[in-house]
Amino acid sequence: MTWDVILRVALVAVAFLTLPLIVGQTEHKVMAHMQARLGPMYAGAFHGWAQLIADGVKFAQKEDVTPRAADGPVFRLAPAVALLPYLLVLLVIPLGPGDLVGQQLDVGLFFVLAVVGVGVIAVLMAAWASANKYSLLGGLRAAAQLLGYELPFVLSAASVAMAAGTLSLPGIVAAWQPWWLLWQLPATIVFFVSGLAEIRRPPFDMPIADSELVFGYLTEYTGLRFAFFLLAEYVGIVVISALTAALFLGGWHGPWADSVGWLWMLLKTGAVAFVVIWLRVSWPRLREDQLQRLCWLVLVPLALAQLVLTAGVRVALG
Amino acid sequence: MTLQDVLLAVAGLVAVAGGVAVVTTKQLVRAGLWLVVALGAVAVEFLLLGAEFAAWVQVLIYVGAVVVLLLFAVMLTRAPIGRSSDLDRSVLPAALIGAASGLGLAALFVGVFGQFQVPAPAVGTAERIGDSVFGDWVLPFEVLSILLLAALVGAIVLSRPSAPAPQPDAVAQGNSR
Repeated sequence: MTWDVILRVALVAVAFLTLPLIVGQTEHKVMAHMQARLGPMYAGAFHGWAQLIADGVKFAQKEDVTPRAADGPVFRLAPAVALLPYLLVLLVIPLGPGDLVGQQLDVGLFFVLAVVGVGVIAVLMAAWASANKYSLLGGLRAAAQLLGYELPFVLSAASVAMAAGTLSLPGIVAAWQPWWLLWQLPATIVFFVSGLAEIRRPPFDMPIADSELVFGYLTEYTGLRFAFFLLAEYVGIVVISALTAALFLGGWHGPWADSVGWLWMLLKTGAVAFVVIWLRVSWPRLREDQLQRLCWLVLVPLALAQLVLTAGVRVALG
Repeated sequence: MTLQDVLLAVAGLVAVAGGVAVVTTKQLVRAGLWLVVALGAVAVEFLLLGAEFAAWVQVLIYVGAVVVLLLFAVMLTRAPIGRSSDLDRSVLPAALIGAASGLGLAALFVGVFGQFQVPAPAVGTAERIGDSVFGDWVLPFEVLSILLLAALVGAIVLSRPSAPAPQPDAVAQGNSR
């Protein structure tokens, strides 16, 4: 029993440390090829596979600077607070049928939504404690964005929970059927877009818009603490992709799901992560007012309409 | 004493210490951050008592939304780093009232429920809470939702920009605190 728990937590920790690096490396290469260049080619000799490890070594060597005017303890704590929620979320995402999941949790979906919401506090901590007006402005933008997009995020997740009749993530995947792709399509789009906004990926990277705010709430961070924030962003991609795959794309469902279900889940997660990268390359950054308008005038009504549709179909089917 | 009792006591201590830090710190934003600690410790208490759903509601609503809004509002107005000298508070009456009500409530609960042995209820899953909210407690639930709806409509009415532009003296009055 205890060994089982330790093994599961260790495996999730391994996934936490490797998947973001794979996504990061893929981003380097995919972005490069979409822009007709090669990307990293030297580190590790074969197509630059070790580039991110080299980056990690570089980050570890850099000086760890805390600005004199900053609020030291809060400033130093913020990167850890940013990283922790995503690590916890990875624990409950189902990888395959049966109990191929870090921890069975009866209210898994609710847990995910609650814990992801804590990430805002890290942003506010970093923004305020930096004692820098660019940081503060970036933090305020981020907070307004995250508070707004939390709503369609939660509503679209509620729709699929309603369809499945359970809040448990393995339960939702088990209840999933192919025609849900069509039935839950609006919720899928809303969830994915607001998920992108939750992790502040382009085109929703207004809080760290480098042309206006230097680097937003990350301006004063250096070395390992900066790397922590960066890691949090890439774990965020993994988490949002995995959640989209598990909730809306059927998770481990596919041919021979009993034996290679985990492979389907990983492939679907990878495909969604590829779309995340693709969007970064192809979309310009949304302006602050466009960003808020998209949230409140498009995504929220769409999510509410989807909730009505889901409830209607559920009642009609009995 | 089981491990659960120990953890419960530790989480309780953290919650109380966090609460004390909220009201005693002289740094405005840090008070909000201590509130995260206090509320998070209360969520841990819920979790240890088997009320899973309530614990995550606590995290989602209080830590993820209420405290964030609070911090957001403070940072929009004024959020100095370091000590604020003008945080006026009357320490003695506040401490007296706080200690008296806390100890009084504790004494009351120990006196009333101290000798009862209550069997631990089943884990507070979403299903159980849903059953009781939409079964036994459906009327209070609906009344609450009407109340919330009314508050929402009121907030929208109050914040509508269609009102005529405020008079200059009204603005000055608003700023003078």
